[in-house]
Amino acid sequence: MKFNAMTAIAAVLFSVPGLVAADPDDDNLVINGEIEMTTKAEPPAHLDGALPEIMSGWHFRSDETQALQMDDFDNSGMIFVDEGMAQWNTVEGSEEKSCATCHEDPSSMKGVRASYPKWDEDAGEVQTLAMQINDCRENNMGAEPYGYTSGKMANMEALIAVQSRGMPVDVAIDGPARETWEKGKELYYTRTGQLELSCANCHEQNYGNMIRADHLSQGQINGFPTYRLKNAKLNTVHARFKGCVRDTRAETFKPGSDEFVALELYVASRGNGLSVEGPSVRN
Amino acid sequence: MEFSRRDTLALGLGAAAMTVLPFRVNAASDDAITAFTGGADVTEGGVDLTAPEIAENGNTVPISVGAEGASAIMVLAMGNPTPGVATFNFGELAGSQTASTRIRLAGTQEVVAIAKMADGSFARASSEVKVTIGGCGG
Amino acid sequence: MASGVRPRVKAPRSAEAGEVVTIKTLISHKMESGQRKDSDGNVIPRSIIHRFTCEFNGTSVIDVEMQPAISTNPYFEFEAKIPEAGDMVFTWYDDDGDVYTETKSVAMA
Repeated sequence: MKFNAMTAIAAVLFSVPGLVAADPDDDNLVINGEIEMTTKAEPPAHLDGALPEIMSGWHFRSDETQALQMDDFDNSGMIFVDEGMAQWNTVEGSEEKSCATCHEDPSSMKGVRASYPKWDEDAGEVQTLAMQINDCRENNMGAEPYGYTSGKMANMEALIAVQSRGMPVDVAIDGPARETWEKGKELYYTRTGQLELSCANCHEQNYGNMIRADHLSQGQINGFPTYRLKNAKLNTVHARFKGCVRDTRAETFKPGSDEFVALELYVASRGNGLSVEGPSVRN
Repeated sequence: MEFSRRDTLALGLGAAAMTVLPFRVNAASDDAITAFTGGADVTEGGVDLTAPEIAENGNTVPISVGAEGASAIMVLAMGNPTPGVATFNFGELAGSQTASTRIRLAGTQEVVAIAKMADGSFARASSEVKVTIGGCGG
Repeated sequence: MASGVRPRVKAPRSAEAGEVVTIKTLISHKMESGQRKDSDGNVIPRSIIHRFTCEFNGTSVIDVEMQPAISTNPYFEFEAKIPEAGDMVFTWYDDDGDVYTETKSVAMA
């Protein structure tokens, strides 16, 4: 055998299967054999053709990871929905109320996840679901707010999200929310960090491509909170934003900051039409 | 320069051997196997081991094992700092000698399942799982 | 009790005599491996669930010895033969001495 070592190594590397085919798949997401999810949809008009089709991050995962979301018992995120249910019924704070005192069964939250973040007339600002939960805790229950990206917040968000599972994300971007949305859009396209990457560089221009061994998705947030195999817990949207911005080697905005609230509204609006999936399962 | 089919095959086998060999000399896994088998011979085959070819994250890798009529199945991750993963002991009311769980793999490595059969003999199966490293890890 | 430990079990409410049924179990537990270090470089001590058992009316279905390589929030799926109506008892044994149990009653179909 006369061929040189480099060629030999290259030949072995290129013979490794599975690293080339990186397109998102065409599988259908049906949960428990019952809930049919819309994981691909026409892009909303306000995207102005930036994406030909909007797609859930589920399509970018391996068959093994996808399967974990197709059955509520295989989905480890559901155990935190149970945890959220316990929180829901726990009386806390000076008013001696639980969530259940006013809202009764969590099924009363159906549709809520699909419409947040949204403009709050009384507060005069766009509020995320996390802000609304803490608003309720502080002002109606007289209880301590949850940490913005804490486990308890993620549990409560998961409990509320699961009530809307299968409903299309439908956040409003008109009226008083417009200004916040525009700010979020600007952030989405602004390069940050030493790597000078914007959200769009990876999730609009390169979804479907591999970033080393990772399959880039569109960065949709319809599946949040999401149970990640990486850290084996529920992850909130702002914790994920922070991780992403950090990886551009930038000083990140804080979870709950005006910047991340605006970004959440904008990113959520890019998924208008996809089903609420939370709690989803990702890598 | 030309690659014959034979050259390519030899190269592939060589590469495969290189990946597997370091784990064969892992003393801790040898000890774990001996403790389970009492030093008895272990034959290939008769055990089902299902693991992904490529795991998206090494922290949570779904696996399934099964061996009809086995009284116990031990699972080892040969490349982990400590190779032991779990031993499934099947009771009288086991509906089958199968089980699934999710395991941690410190990197690309060989996962091994060794079954203790009803007649006291031992059988094994192994599967290589490639563990990918995320792009930016966010 | 270690905080935030919650079991979740999927078992059928009824079965026919002798039927083989699929059982799934999950328990929230961090399964600290003893391999990790904290931000000061000190090894975080191992703290795992090291054994899981399932019995039906006192007879063993499965008994699992668990090592630190079992993932956070341990999951098991297996099959059980149901000879009669009765109780299926699931037990998890924590390194810290705590024992978590869950019981599911199975009726005859």
